[in-house]
Amino acid sequence: MTLQTIAHSETLIESSQKFNPVRLVDRIFYWVTVAMAIAIGVILLWITWSLLSIAFPAIAKFNIGFLFSTSWNPVQDSFGALPQITGTIVSSIIALLFAVPLGVGVAVFLSENFLPSKLQTPLAFVVELLAAVPSVVYGMWGIFVLVPFILPGLQTIHNLFGWFPLFSTAPSTRQMFATALVLAIMILPTIIAISRDSLLSVSPQLRQGAYGLGATRWETLVQVIVPSALSGIIGSVMLALGRALGETMAAAMLIGNSNRISASLFAPASTISAMIANQFAEASGLQKSSLFYLALVLMVLTLVVNVLAEIIVSKFQQVE
Amino acid sequence: MTTQSDNVLEDIAPGTFDTEVTSGRKNFGKLMTGLVIGCVVVAILPLGSIIFMLLKNGLSRLFQDFPSVFTELPPPPLVDGGGFSNAIVGTLITCLIGALISLPVGILTAIYTIEFGRGNKLSQFVRFCTNVLSGVPSIIAGLFAYGIVVLTMGNFSAIAGGVALSVLMMPIIIRTAEEGLKSIPSEVRQGLVGIGATNFQGVASVILPATLPFIATGATLALARAAGETAPLLFTALFNQFQARSLKEPIATLSVLIYNFAIAPYKNQNELAWAAALVIVALIMTVSVLSRTLTARKVY
Repeated sequence: MTLQTIAHSETLIESSQKFNPVRLVDRIFYWVTVAMAIAIGVILLWITWSLLSIAFPAIAKFNIGFLFSTSWNPVQDSFGALPQITGTIVSSIIALLFAVPLGVGVAVFLSENFLPSKLQTPLAFVVELLAAVPSVVYGMWGIFVLVPFILPGLQTIHNLFGWFPLFSTAPSTRQMFATALVLAIMILPTIIAISRDSLLSVSPQLRQGAYGLGATRWETLVQVIVPSALSGIIGSVMLALGRALGETMAAAMLIGNSNRISASLFAPASTISAMIANQFAEASGLQKSSLFYLALVLMVLTLVVNVLAEIIVSKFQQVE
Repeated sequence: MTTQSDNVLEDIAPGTFDTEVTSGRKNFGKLMTGLVIGCVVVAILPLGSIIFMLLKNGLSRLFQDFPSVFTELPPPPLVDGGGFSNAIVGTLITCLIGALISLPVGILTAIYTIEFGRGNKLSQFVRFCTNVLSGVPSIIAGLFAYGIVVLTMGNFSAIAGGVALSVLMMPIIIRTAEEGLKSIPSEVRQGLVGIGATNFQGVASVILPATLPFIATGATLALARAAGETAPLLFTALFNQFQARSLKEPIATLSVLIYNFAIAPYKNQNELAWAAALVIVALIMTVSVLSRTLTARKVY
């Protein structure tokens, strides 16, 4: 083919048609990305639906009463989840009680110049790395290190304050309190990392203004810096709460899976995820269905907490 | 604004501010400094103890029978020695399956939300779903994979484990890929339009290659998370005392091995659990550090 013939035979329409395959690829590519974007939503619905469909027999039989019943009896096919739900919430709240003050304290320390930055940056980095330690490792550390370490102390507390309901049973090797402690340690890196970020993102003018007014470092921190970073800190706490509620392995290894609600923190208890992890293998029929019902409850619980966290954190980003 | 600050200045009488830092204010500062240092010490103790115990218990077992830990199969109860070769292979396989599913879906989703639909209703919805997905407890990802893979295929398998992990990896990959795409200046896109590239040509030949470091970071972070997950594998990949011969068989993973052996009442198995924990934590730390160096390199 010579150049002349091309120039002669190719009209504008023909030359534009030559690009049709290119356009087709482009269009297909576009729709594939749309499909994948929609797929993320579909996966979420699919998760909910697959839980619902297996949980349905239990939902139909026990209805909402499932949430308030304390019986878990595979022989008589009667199931209720109150001990698990209270265990999940109580263990998470105790974990927060320990982790929030500690985490915010460490975040304040790491966001100020108490240490030379040569020491500070690696320290913050180590904290972030600890967030990546698998929960099963925390659980194992709890069994072999933490429980033997705290047991004598708990025994003393029980001896002295045994009349108080919270300490009314002799500390067992598998118990609520130890589980909550391990949960607190697990969520500590989350709280520290996000709180530190939001403290660091407070505008330096605010600090300069406060110093200019004659405030000391701590007056600035308490009255200016921390309040302006508050929504970020609360967001970090909510995210940590979401993690604590859904945490499985540490609870499964440490809480003891007792089906009784005990006022004592030193007694074995149960959480939703620990119950699922422990009973799923040998469950069948209505029991398996009830475990999926439990999973749905957990999903709703974490969903509410995470969406709240999302709203708080996004408000914080707008202010930023 | 100006009038307001003027008023404030007028309101301040001379001597309103303590120019002198009183001892009470000094002590408050000292007390608070002491408190946060206390917080740091209390926080470092357990976290340091975890690392110390991992090194102490894990290293002793790893050195004691060095190559055999990595080459032998898990021991039955009351048998000495043994290793976790099958679990290392299993962790790699399940994570790989998870990555194979979540990488294409995640990257294409990010391309849609940033390149095609930035700011529109669908991409806002996708952002919401990604956030919700990242908050889904890992055990629920496991139940999901059980429902859709194990029940349909009829048995526990490496594939089911990979599906469960992919659900957990997806949000991480989407987020980092989005960050990477956002970091590309709009001049690049305008230039692509200027030279007549279609969207596909632009994304495939210029934009995606430029975001590769971010995508690699996302992939490594997701792998690091997946490698440590136990709960989603409990009733999907299950466990296997031997090497799995196909992807449709139950497969051993390091994390499930740690769980099984940590709660077992046998000393040898407990020791192996520590060794396996050290291996997996070392693996995750290496990968996380690696992923940082990747994003440190900027293309644009």
